[in-house]
Amino acid sequence: MAKMIDRPSGLGAQPTPAFEEQRRRWEAASAKGRSRKDPGSGAVDRTISDVPLKVVYAPEDVAALDLAEDLAWPGEYPYTRGIHPNGYRDRLWTMRQFAGFGTAAQTNERYHFLLAHGQHGLSVAFDMPTLMGYDSDAPQSRGEVGKCGVAIDSLVDMEVLFDGIDMGDITSSMTINGPACIALAQYIAAAEKKGIPRAKLGGTLQADILKEYIAQKEWIFPPRPHMRIIVDMIEFCTREMPKWNTISISGYHIREAGSTAAQELAFTLADGFAYVEACVAAGMDVDSFAGRLSFFFNSHIDFFEEIAKFRAARRIYARHMREKYGAKDPRSWQLRFHTQTAGCSATAQQPENNIVRVAFEAMAAVLGGTQSLHTNSMDEVMALPTEKSVEIALRTQQVLAYETNVTNVVDPLGGSYYVEALTQEMEDAAESYFAQIAEYGGVIEAIEAGFFQREIADASYRYQRSIETRDRVIVGVNAFVKEDEPENLNLLKITEETERGQAASVQDLRAKRDGPAVQRTLERLQAACRDPKDNLMPHLIDCANAYATEGEIVEAMASVFGRYTEQAVL
Amino acid sequence: MNERPLRVVIAKAGLDGHDRGAKVIARALRDAGMEVIYTGLFQAPEQIVQTAVQEDADGIGLSILSGAHMTLFPLVVEQLKAQDAGDIVFFGGGTIPPEDAKRLKELGVREIFTPGAPLQTIVDFVTRECGKRRTPAA
Repeated sequence: MAKMIDRPSGLGAQPTPAFEEQRRRWEAASAKGRSRKDPGSGAVDRTISDVPLKVVYAPEDVAALDLAEDLAWPGEYPYTRGIHPNGYRDRLWTMRQFAGFGTAAQTNERYHFLLAHGQHGLSVAFDMPTLMGYDSDAPQSRGEVGKCGVAIDSLVDMEVLFDGIDMGDITSSMTINGPACIALAQYIAAAEKKGIPRAKLGGTLQADILKEYIAQKEWIFPPRPHMRIIVDMIEFCTREMPKWNTISISGYHIREAGSTAAQELAFTLADGFAYVEACVAAGMDVDSFAGRLSFFFNSHIDFFEEIAKFRAARRIYARHMREKYGAKDPRSWQLRFHTQTAGCSATAQQPENNIVRVAFEAMAAVLGGTQSLHTNSMDEVMALPTEKSVEIALRTQQVLAYETNVTNVVDPLGGSYYVEALTQEMEDAAESYFAQIAEYGGVIEAIEAGFFQREIADASYRYQRSIETRDRVIVGVNAFVKEDEPENLNLLKITEETERGQAASVQDLRAKRDGPAVQRTLERLQAACRDPKDNLMPHLIDCANAYATEGEIVEAMASVFGRYTEQAVL
Repeated sequence: MNERPLRVVIAKAGLDGHDRGAKVIARALRDAGMEVIYTGLFQAPEQIVQTAVQEDADGIGLSILSGAHMTLFPLVVEQLKAQDAGDIVFFGGGTIPPEDAKRLKELGVREIFTPGAPLQTIVDFVTRECGKRRTPAA
């Protein structure tokens, strides 16, 4: 029999003879149980990430947890139970739907629609050419313009994107990674042209380049020069943009690439710590910038595992920031995060089922204490979402927020034997990954060795096989399949017109603007790239204001920094 | 009848970095005993076909999740013709609406698999179609 009380201050209660008698009866009854028959063979004894599960959890599973050190109270270090003392009672999460498609004008119209329907903040999705640093008329851009996001070639497009929107009032998140510094420069330039100073701008950039090398593969420059760009951005925003959350560090794409929950957690936090170390190495005081770092996680379909992941993330982060990096300000210890429901859990078959999956995933994010949330639309597995499906996704959040009452009590699953045990397992798994990454010499070295890429590819293949063998059931895919599914889903189409129009307008801009002035700003930017002491951001803002295109700016930077190429890992 | 195993090129084209599907398919085909050449990311259609021709591949599988499928698939079909390699079995997958998949098949793409397609279906398809290429109807 497990000894229950390892620590007098622990969560496990003192067992009584009556409790032990019940346990013996339960063990006998449980042993007689027969496994149920599912459509699949049924992976009932482990999570979706292959973490083994018991039939039931009991006090001994959490006996080692210390109430003060491991759980504490909401708003108290190590924030396992949340960063706010009153949770969602004081403030709900921000409902932030990621959107962008076609031209800046088309996306601007969608933003007005979302804001009119009660959305709180904007989240910009850019198209592939913009993400990869090419103008819409570049040969590499053919077929991609406006397809999976909005095409932004220059300040002209950024101005149109935010036309009629009070940039001093809303917050914007931009998922832009490789060219994040350029998008930020254009955003600042667009706002300042409207008379809104940069100090008043609120929002964040998903500028997490490390996870691009690890998972999403939208990179431009090699890792080492790119770390300098990130440090420059953080340093600049810390100094000049007090309301801007400098960088959002993202596990979403790591999970979408097929990782387990523990890998998502560990790799994302490892990336976050790498940025902290880079800023400290550049001479910044950890408390000057750490309070404005934020994170972005996936919410997958394994309900309790996800909740445990969010809780563990806060605890691990707090411990490392205080103990390892010596942060003194409690804000530096608090992990704030945005969540998006798992695109990879959505199915093309019976797409309406995705509405239900999203609702469960969104609830897991909320029970895990997310600060903001994007709920996927049911049709995103096939195309960009229609207005109707986006509305359902937003309504899902509103039902969750205002009808279910799950927001009324902080960390309602705190103290659950199961969730606490799983939270601890997540923390242990993450620490073990941190040790492996350290053996490579750090995150960049582990990327260069293909460590993350291999780990993720292995996990994703294991997962796919488990669906294949029907070890795991996916409704509508390998069970409850409907023959002859209707194909009447109304999908959003981006036409070739968009590409031609966008390419023409960037060519038009090049002809109209002051060419020599553009050239001068690009040359100054190049010189700054060569001088590690010169912060790149002011030069980038000059380039934006001169209407240099993104492709030109990237070209100037790449002439100094080079371009990254990957050794493909299968 | 002891021929070399079927050889398939799995490719990513354009600017799309989403490589989970391509890698999973590559492994599944390899596990099924085929030789798989994975091109890595950001390949131009002409490069992809060149690789297949040089490697004497029986099939090309192209994965696109960025929405550029109506541009990139036809470019590969064009290149197959241009490089006199029309007998290579060309198939693909990704986030491709049914209507577009139909159109692509009319243009000469042998099959389009969408998210949720069972690996075994894909393996069976490649085995059958690439096998036919090896033993043309007598």
